[in-house]
Amino acid sequence: MTEPAMTLTDARLSFGSHPALDGMSFHVRTGEMFGLVGPDGAGKTTAVRTMLGLLPLDGGTVRVLGRDPARRDRELKEAVGYLSQRFTLYGDLTVDENVEFFGDIHRVKDLRARRERLLGFTRLGRFRRWRADRLSGGMQKKLALACTLVHTPRVLFLDEPTTGVDPVSRRELWGLLSELVLSGLSVLLTTPYLDEAERCGRVALVRAGRTLACDTPAALRASRRGTVMEVVCAPVRRARDLLLQSPRVGEVQVFGDRIHLFPRAPDDALTDLVAGLAGVSVSAVRRVQPSLEDVFIWRVAEAGP
Amino acid sequence: MSASTASPASIPAITVQRLTRRFGDLLAVDSVSFEAHRGEILCFLGPNGAGKSTLIRMLCGLLAPTSGTARVAGADVVAEPDEVKRRIGYMSQRFSLYGELRASDNLELYGALYGLSGRRLEERLDRVVSLTHLGDRLGHRVDALAGGFRQRLALACALLHEPEVVFLDEPTGGVDPVMRRAFFQLIDDLAASGVCILLTTHFLDEAEYCHEVVIVSGGRLVAQGTPTELKESLAGQVLVEVRSDRPGAALAALAAVPELIQVELFGVGVHARAVPGVSPDEALALVARTLGRAGIPCSPPEAAAPTLEDVFLNLVGREEPTR
Repeated sequence: MTEPAMTLTDARLSFGSHPALDGMSFHVRTGEMFGLVGPDGAGKTTAVRTMLGLLPLDGGTVRVLGRDPARRDRELKEAVGYLSQRFTLYGDLTVDENVEFFGDIHRVKDLRARRERLLGFTRLGRFRRWRADRLSGGMQKKLALACTLVHTPRVLFLDEPTTGVDPVSRRELWGLLSELVLSGLSVLLTTPYLDEAERCGRVALVRAGRTLACDTPAALRASRRGTVMEVVCAPVRRARDLLLQSPRVGEVQVFGDRIHLFPRAPDDALTDLVAGLAGVSVSAVRRVQPSLEDVFIWRVAEAGP
Repeated sequence: MSASTASPASIPAITVQRLTRRFGDLLAVDSVSFEAHRGEILCFLGPNGAGKSTLIRMLCGLLAPTSGTARVAGADVVAEPDEVKRRIGYMSQRFSLYGELRASDNLELYGALYGLSGRRLEERLDRVVSLTHLGDRLGHRVDALAGGFRQRLALACALLHEPEVVFLDEPTGGVDPVMRRAFFQLIDDLAASGVCILLTTHFLDEAEYCHEVVIVSGGRLVAQGTPTELKESLAGQVLVEVRSDRPGAALAALAAVPELIQVELFGVGVHARAVPGVSPDEALALVARTLGRAGIPCSPPEAAAPTLEDVFLNLVGREEPTR
């Protein structure tokens, strides 16, 4: 295994009395898509900002491409791309002019050719003469990504790139990010959405400035031992109330037209219990994998208050 | 909410018939019809520009339709828009709470805005505070509350005047999963008490909590059903999931197979959908054979259950390029 592209080790940073980072640790391997996943206030943006050298740590270490980003040396700056949550495009400049502007800042050589490649990659070529503020939200995000890539960085930080983007544009954005990773870029992205973690090679689940768990999505799901039974039934609320009376049932989650059932004993499929629900019509029962949200909640409970 | 423990699920709370709205040449909402009932959580899904917000604005009595009719909580949106506004609650992520005031001050302020006072205000405050479990946070400044509590407070404010229909606009984005699960438990309790809840979201896992999902695209209603029904609508199509140490190579090899569409990278795995007509066994064998021939090591391919996102993307094509 080569040296990780970025590492954060036992990072501590307080704003006043509030610990934004409380011992957070993880590392991002070269050429992987790494997801920093957690709710608002978990420390995701703070972690990214320390890795960019914008915030010094109170304790712990941070390395990006083997260097200390706090030194802000030119070489490292040129190797890093950063798409912040509120990336500023110039609304009254065209698509072309925006890419050119960011290229000039980074003193990109042969900017014309680079721009062609980026507009081809993001499929924005047709809209190159459009003013940025005339583009839809999804296309603005793609343009911002193109501007972030203009100086050909080796590592890329994306802070909540999918927040506020609709599902159609989101899928396209994920397609672009996959291509970047396959071309060798190391990507760290943050998201509050646990279902998006499935798109990442590895993820760190973070909360309250700490890492709850860090692994591949599949391994994280496998770590939540025990069965989850999905029962499609009506009326669901009655089914929940009845099931919760049984000592064999650990937890019941109600979704629209079905419930997820967590047995207390790992191998108890609760088949007889489900079949015997009085006044409930059951149309399907199947074993499902625990979601990453299940894993997250379980890890929070394990970690204690 | 003990007032109505009987199932009110058959009473329509929202009835929409051929509702249409034009802006000049643009047909923003095109003859949309649907019903939502008391006790039900209904979800609206659609890409940006699908007409969702235009539709919601009409249903809230904020925008007059060009044609068609809608009744919300018993009031007609054309004839009695102000009555509609009185009978609905609205909560959004961007809901304005006053950060420098305490939670209780915010509740009293919204109570006053809704014209509540005296004993009635006290009763309603008790009711919404116990429903949202905010009792021990009332004295906290809103700025100091965690996102999940702020969301619950916003919901409590929206429920003060006892609305029959509640609109939730992307209610849980960015909230701690523990809080989010509790929030939807609360929404379910609210529905069980007879309120009709209409939720709009971009996040398909929020839609999973709803009884009925309505998908809109290009101003039209393109699908409606329970989450399970909508997923079953993809029953003819097979989704295959395969993991490989060389996901890039696997992606490229599978993308070249004409029987496979929507070939996408998922971490160290690849997801692909088979074109209609290919059976699950054929699809799995096809993936294994393709990767085997290309010499790409992989896990045994597995059939994956379709998600609401698959349903949505299958129905709704590509993004409109411009605002």
